[in-house]
Amino acid sequence: MKIHHMSASAKARPLFDPPMVRRAVIDAFQKLDPRYQARNPVMFTVFVGSLLTTGLWVQSLVGSGQESPGFILGISVWLWFTVLFANFAEAMAEGRGKAQADSLRQTRRDVFAKKLDEPRYNANITQTAASALRKGDVVLVVAGDPIPADGEIIEGVASVDESAITGESAPVIRESGGDRSSVTGGTRVLSDWLIVRVTANPGETFLDRMIALVEGAKRQKTPNEIALGILLAAMTIVFLIACVTLLPYSIYSVRAAGQGSPVTMTVLVALLVCLIPTTIGGLLSAIGIAGMDRMIRANVIATSGRAVEAAGDVDVLLLDKTGTITLGNRQAVELIPAPGVKLEMLADAAQLASLADETPEGRSIVVLAKEKYGLRGRNVHDLGAAFIPFSAQTRISGVDLDGQQIRKGATEAIEAFVRNRGGSLPSELRQSVEQIAKRGGTPLVVAEGSRALGVIYLKDIVKGGIKERFIELRRIGIKTVMITGDNPQTAAAIAAEAGVDDFLAEATPEAKLRMIREYQAGGRLVAMTGDGTNDSPALAQADVAVAMNSGTQAAKEAGNMVDLDSNPTKLIEIVEIGKQLLITRGSLTTFSLANDVAKYFAIIPAAFASTYPVLDQLNVMRLATPSSAILSAVIFNALIIVALIPLALRGVRYRPAAAARLLRDNLVIYGIGGFVVPFVGIKLIDLVLVALGLA
Amino acid sequence: MKEQLRPAITVFVLLMLLTGVAYPVVVTLIAQGVFPHRANGSIIKAEGKPVGSELIGQPFTDARYFWGRPSATKPFPYNSASSSGSNLGPTNPALLDAVRGRVAAIRKAHPDQTGSVPVELITASGSGLDPHISPAAAEYQVMRVAKARGMDVDAVRQFVAAHTEGRTFGLLGEPRVNVLRLNLALDKRSE
Amino acid sequence: MTANAWIQLGLFLAVLLAAVKPLGWYMARVYRRQPCGLDRVLGWLERGIYRLGGFDPQREMTWKVYAIAVLLFNGIGLLALYALLRLQGILPLNPQGFPGASSELSFNTAASFVTNTNWQSYGGETTLGYLVQMLGLCVQNFLSAATGMAVLVALIRGLARRSTETIGNFWVDLTRSTLYILLPLSLLLAWVLVSQGIVQNFSPYQPVALLQPATDADGKPVTGQLLPMGPAAAQIAIKHLGTNGGGFFNVNGAHPYENPMPLSNFLEMLAILLIPAALCYTFGVMVGDRRQGWAILVAMLVIFVPLAASAITAEQMGVPAFTALGADQDAGDGQAGGNMEGKEVRFGITNSGLFATVTTAASCGAVNSMHDSFTPLGGLVPMWLMQLGEVIFGGVGSGLYGMLMFVIVAVFVAGLMVGRTPEYLGKKVEAFEMKMASLVILVPPIIILVGTAVAVAGPGLRYNAADTGEIKDNLNNPGAHGFSEVLYAFSSAAANNGSAFAGLTANEPFYNTALGLAMLMARFWLIIPVLAVAGALARKSCTPASAGTLPTHTPLFVVLLVGTVLLVGALTFVPALALGPVVEHLQMMVR
Repeated sequence: MKIHHMSASAKARPLFDPPMVRRAVIDAFQKLDPRYQARNPVMFTVFVGSLLTTGLWVQSLVGSGQESPGFILGISVWLWFTVLFANFAEAMAEGRGKAQADSLRQTRRDVFAKKLDEPRYNANITQTAASALRKGDVVLVVAGDPIPADGEIIEGVASVDESAITGESAPVIRESGGDRSSVTGGTRVLSDWLIVRVTANPGETFLDRMIALVEGAKRQKTPNEIALGILLAAMTIVFLIACVTLLPYSIYSVRAAGQGSPVTMTVLVALLVCLIPTTIGGLLSAIGIAGMDRMIRANVIATSGRAVEAAGDVDVLLLDKTGTITLGNRQAVELIPAPGVKLEMLADAAQLASLADETPEGRSIVVLAKEKYGLRGRNVHDLGAAFIPFSAQTRISGVDLDGQQIRKGATEAIEAFVRNRGGSLPSELRQSVEQIAKRGGTPLVVAEGSRALGVIYLKDIVKGGIKERFIELRRIGIKTVMITGDNPQTAAAIAAEAGVDDFLAEATPEAKLRMIREYQAGGRLVAMTGDGTNDSPALAQADVAVAMNSGTQAAKEAGNMVDLDSNPTKLIEIVEIGKQLLITRGSLTTFSLANDVAKYFAIIPAAFASTYPVLDQLNVMRLATPSSAILSAVIFNALIIVALIPLALRGVRYRPAAAARLLRDNLVIYGIGGFVVPFVGIKLIDLVLVALGLA
Repeated sequence: MKEQLRPAITVFVLLMLLTGVAYPVVVTLIAQGVFPHRANGSIIKAEGKPVGSELIGQPFTDARYFWGRPSATKPFPYNSASSSGSNLGPTNPALLDAVRGRVAAIRKAHPDQTGSVPVELITASGSGLDPHISPAAAEYQVMRVAKARGMDVDAVRQFVAAHTEGRTFGLLGEPRVNVLRLNLALDKRSE
Repeated sequence: MTANAWIQLGLFLAVLLAAVKPLGWYMARVYRRQPCGLDRVLGWLERGIYRLGGFDPQREMTWKVYAIAVLLFNGIGLLALYALLRLQGILPLNPQGFPGASSELSFNTAASFVTNTNWQSYGGETTLGYLVQMLGLCVQNFLSAATGMAVLVALIRGLARRSTETIGNFWVDLTRSTLYILLPLSLLLAWVLVSQGIVQNFSPYQPVALLQPATDADGKPVTGQLLPMGPAAAQIAIKHLGTNGGGFFNVNGAHPYENPMPLSNFLEMLAILLIPAALCYTFGVMVGDRRQGWAILVAMLVIFVPLAASAITAEQMGVPAFTALGADQDAGDGQAGGNMEGKEVRFGITNSGLFATVTTAASCGAVNSMHDSFTPLGGLVPMWLMQLGEVIFGGVGSGLYGMLMFVIVAVFVAGLMVGRTPEYLGKKVEAFEMKMASLVILVPPIIILVGTAVAVAGPGLRYNAADTGEIKDNLNNPGAHGFSEVLYAFSSAAANNGSAFAGLTANEPFYNTALGLAMLMARFWLIIPVLAVAGALARKSCTPASAGTLPTHTPLFVVLLVGTVLLVGALTFVPALALGPVVEHLQMMVR
C-alpha cells in the first residue's frame, strides 16, 4: 500500500514548483472567463479595460484611432497581462491545495465494506460498496482492511495506520469508548478488528471535506475579506468617476487653452487601471487561499476561512495543562521518608513497588531510585514477587514480596490501606504531602503493610521554552489560561512556574464552558483545544476550537479546526497564522494605495501634455515621452503583481510584538515603501523602453 | 413616522420663535441700549447731518483728498447698497489690464513718486467698501495732497499719523489709515 | 510668512485650544443630561418644548426612528424656508420692499440653509428683507447646526454604548443643543460683535451724502451712499458659531458692517472652530477616554496648520505680474503687501489667508476676502480642504462625524496591519460599517466630480439672463481659473461649506438647481449612513483593549489618520486640481 505523506510532501514543495507553475499558467488563462472575472470588481474593471483597449486597437488599425496603433497595442497587451498575472497569483495559491487534494483523492478509492446486520462481531456480513454506506450503518473492519467511512468504534481495539491523513507513519491505537473511539475513512486497520458505526454519508466524510477545503472549491469569502472588498470596490468606483469625468474636463481645458486635443480613451483606461487598487485586488484571493494553505502545512485543517481569520483576533487561549504546558508525564524527583524510616529503605520500597509499573511515572521512580539512591534495577519475576496492578477500586499498586505488602498510591488510598492493617499516617508525612501539593507536585505515599514509609514527589515538568512563549503571547495581548483537573493549590504552583495569566483548577466540562462564556461576555475571543466528547460543548462555544485528530468524532465536529498532529501547543501557531493572514492583507492594501501617488506624477503631465505643456514640471521622474510615461506606469502596475506573488503566498513576516510596533513597522515598510518603489520602478521601466527604442 | 410628526412640527415652531424672534429681539434691545452708535452703523455726523460711516469707505478722485482702494461695486464705486469684489483671478487678462491702467493713473497723479505703487492702491478691495489704506499707501499720496491743498508736507504727514490705527493689542490685523476720516479732518482744518 | 503672521496664527490656536476643554466638558454634560448650570435658568423652556411636543424625553430612539425624525424635521424646515422666500413680497418687516425670490433661488437657498451650507446665490442686502433673514435664515442657522450636533452625539453614543438598540432621542438632543449651547454662545458673541461695529437694528437703509460726489458707469452723477442696515449681529454670531457662513450682506465677512475690526475678525474665526474643536473633547469624555478626542483634534491640527501657513504664504508671495506692472507687493514698512486683490486692508494677508483656511476647514463658508481673486495655490487650499470632506474641524457635529468615518477606514486598514480584524474603541469594524463609511467618504467626491463634469460640458458655462434674455457667460474668468470656479462651486456645495469663487454667476436655473440638489444629497445622504453606523455599533459588544489592540490615541495613529484623509483627498482630486489651480499656478509663474 502506498502511504502518502501529505504534510511532509507539502512542506518540502518549493514556492515555485515547475509543474505547479505550468498548471497555474494554464489556469490563469481559463480564469479569463467573464463570469469568473465578475466576482472581483477590481479585476473585472481591468478586464473590461483590456477588452476596450483591444477594441480601440482594432479601430486604430482601420485607421480611425486617436492614438497610434502601436501605443494602443502596448497598453492593451499590458492590461491583459495585468489580468493574467492576477489570475496566475490565484492559480498558484490554489495549485498547492490542488496538488494535495490529488494525493488525498488517491486514498479514497472505492472499497468494499463488510456491512453487519447488527452490531456484533459474528453477525451476518453483507459486502457493500463504501459509497453505498449511510450514516448509522455498522461495519466490521479487520486487519489489512481500509476503513470505508468515518465512524465511531462500538467494539474492539486495533492499531490503525492514519498516515494518509496525518502524514505520521507510526500506527495509533483506536478503541471503543473513551476519547480514541473515532476512525477516519481512508485510514487502514493494521492489527485486530473493529466494529464501527458509520457517522458520515458519502461526500460528507472528513476526507471529502478536506479535499474540498484544500482545493478551495467551496471557498467562501470571509467576513473581513468582504469588508475589505467593499473598501476596494468603493475606491474603484471613485477612481472610475475621477477618470470618466476627466474627459469633459479635458474637452473644456482644450477649449480654454486653445490648444492640444482631449485626453484619449486609451489614456483614460490606462490611468484608471493604474489607479484602482489592482495590486491588492489581484492578490486578495491568493492571500486568503495561501492563509488556509499555511494552516494545512501546519497540519491543521480549518473548516472555514472565517476560523482562520478569527484566530488572528483571539485574545484568550485556554490551554490544557497536560501535554501543552507540562510534559504529558510526571516524574519522580525526590523521596521523603517518614520519621524513623531510613532513606535507603524508602528508596528500596519505592523501587520495588514500581518495578512492574510500566507507566512513565512508575519508570521514573525506578530511574530516580537508581540514579539518586544507587539502587540497581531488579526484575520482579527474578525476585519471585507478585505484582499488584493498579485498580480503580483500590487505587494503589505495588508488589507482594516475601510476605511484605509494598504499596504506593494517592494519600487517601494508602491511608485506607494502612488503617486496614492497624496503622496510621504520621503527621510529619502528612506535612510533606501538603508541601509537595503546594509546590505543584503530586505526592505518592509508599507503605509496607501497616507502616507508611514516606512520600515520592512526582513533579509536573513544564515544557522547555513554554514560559518564553507565554511572555511573547502577553506582549501581543493574548491572555493564557491553564486548564487542569488538579486541585487549586497544585494548579496555582504550576501556573506560576509556567507563567500563565490564569488557571482553571478542578476543571469540569461545565466549568470550562462557563469560563468561555464569561470571557466572551466581556467581549473577548477565546481559543481552545479539546479531544474528548465531554469537550464538545466548550469547543462549540469557543471562537476558535481546535479538535485533536486523535479525539472523538463529536469533538471534531464541535471544533472549527482539526489538528492532525494532535499537538495542543499548535494553538499558538494557529493564532500566528491568522495574524499573518490579516497583516498580509492590510500591508498590501496600504502598498497598493500608496503606489498611486507616483502613477499620478507619471500619467497626469503626459495625458495633458498637448493642452497644458507647463504641466511637464510635474513630470518629476523626467520620463522620456508622454507615451513612454503612460506605458511605464501600466507596465509597472502589472509587474508589481508578479513581484508580490511570493509575498502573498508566503505571507509577510510576522514576529510577535505589540500592536503599536507592528503598525509602525508595517507602515514604514509598506506605506513609505509603497510610495517610493513605483517612482523608482516606473523610471527604470521608462529607461528600458527608451533603450529598446520603444519610447 | 406619524408618531414623530407632532414633535417635529411643535419643536420646529417653538425653536423658530425662540431663535428667529426672541433671540434677535433680545440682541437688538441690548445692542440699542448699550452700543447705539455701533448698532446703527457707526455713522459720522457733521453739524447733525450724516456724512458717512466710519466703517464704510467712499470714492475719492480729487487731488485734494487721499484716495482709497479701487472698488468693484456697481454701478459706481463704493456703492454701499451693493457690496462686491471684482472676483477676477490672478491670471485673468482683464485684471492685469485693470492693474496696468491703475498703475499708469496713479503714477501720472504722483509724478514725484518714483518707486513701485503700494499694492492696495492698484487692487480692488473685497467688499468694494474698504474704508482703509495702508500707511505706505497714504505716504505715497502725501506729497500730492499737500501740493493740492497748499499745505506743508509734514503737516499732512501728521494728519496721516493721527489717523493711523496700529494692530489691535499690537498683534491683530494690520496697521491702517481710515481714508474718510482723514479726508474729513483735512477738510475741517481747511475751513 | 512674516513674524507677525506666525504670532497671529499662534495666538489664534492658543486661544482656540484653551477653550476646547471647558467647552467640551460643558457640552458633554449637556448631552449626558447632567446639570449644566443653564438648565436652572432655561429648564422650564426645555420642559415646555417636550410637553407641547407631546413626547417622553426619556424614551430613546433606534437609529431608524432617529433618522426619520432628522429627515422629518429638516423637511419641515426646508418647506417653511422655501415658503418664506417665495412669499417675501407680501410679508412684513421688509423696509426695502424686496420681491419674493424665484422658485429656483428659493429652492437653492432653502436647501442651502437647511443643510448648513449657506451657499448664497443672491446678494443679502439687495434681495432679502429682515423677516426672511430672521425667521428664515437665522432660524436655520441654529437648527441646521443643532441637527449636525445631534447626529454626532447619536454616533458617539453608538460607539460608547454596548449591546443596545437605541442611540438617544433626537428631539432632546436638538433642543438641548439649541438651548444650552448655541443660543447662549450666540447671545454673548452677538453683543461683542455689536460693540465692534456690526449693525443690529430694524431701521431702513440710511442715506448719507458723499464727501466727494462721484459718477456712475453711465456718467450720471452720484451724490450719496445708501448704508444697509438690519439685525445683522444676531445672525452673524450664529453664522460663525454654527459653521453656517451665510452672510447678511453680499460680500459676507469682507463687508465692514459684517466684520469691521481685527478683533471682530479674530472672534469670528474663533467662533467658527470653537464648537467643532471642543466637540472632539466632548467625544473623548463621552466614550470614556479623553485621549481619543485629543488624538482626533491633533490630527485635525496637523492638517490645518500647514495648510493655513501655505495659504498665507501663497498670498504673501503675491502675483508676479503685479510686480512686473509696477506694484509693490513686499511686506514691509507700512503695508502688508502680497496679493491684495479682493482683500481688505484691516485684515491684510495674514487674516485673509487664515480666515479662508478656517472657514473651509470648518464647513462654515463665511469669507472675509474674495477667494476667487486668491493666487492659484492660495485658492487651492480652501478648495482642497472642502474636498477632503470637511473633516478638518468641519461643520458643527458633521465635521467630527465625517472624521469618525475616516477613522473607521483608517482603523480598518491599520487594524489589519497589526494582525487583527479591525476594531475602534472596542467595536469590531465589519462589512456593514465599511459599507456605510465608504458611502460617507465617497459620496461627496462623486457629487463634486460629476457635478463639475456636467457643468463644464456645457450647461454651466452660459445662461440666459432673466431680465434681458441675452446669453451670458457663467464664468467670470477665462482658462484654468474658470474651471476652478466651477470645481470650487461643486466642492462647496458637496462639502456643505457655502464659500465660493464668487465670480461664477450661480443665480440662474442650472446652478441653483444643481447646487441645491448637491447640497441636499451631500447632507442627508451622509446623515443616514452615519446614523446606521451608530445603530450598528450600539448593538455590538465591546472588546476590551489589550497589547494586541491597535491603539487609537498615539502619535502613530494620528499620522495614519492624517495620511488616510490626505491620501483619499489627494487621489480623488489630483486630476481635477491639476487642470485647475495647479496648471494656473504653473502658468502664472511662467509668465
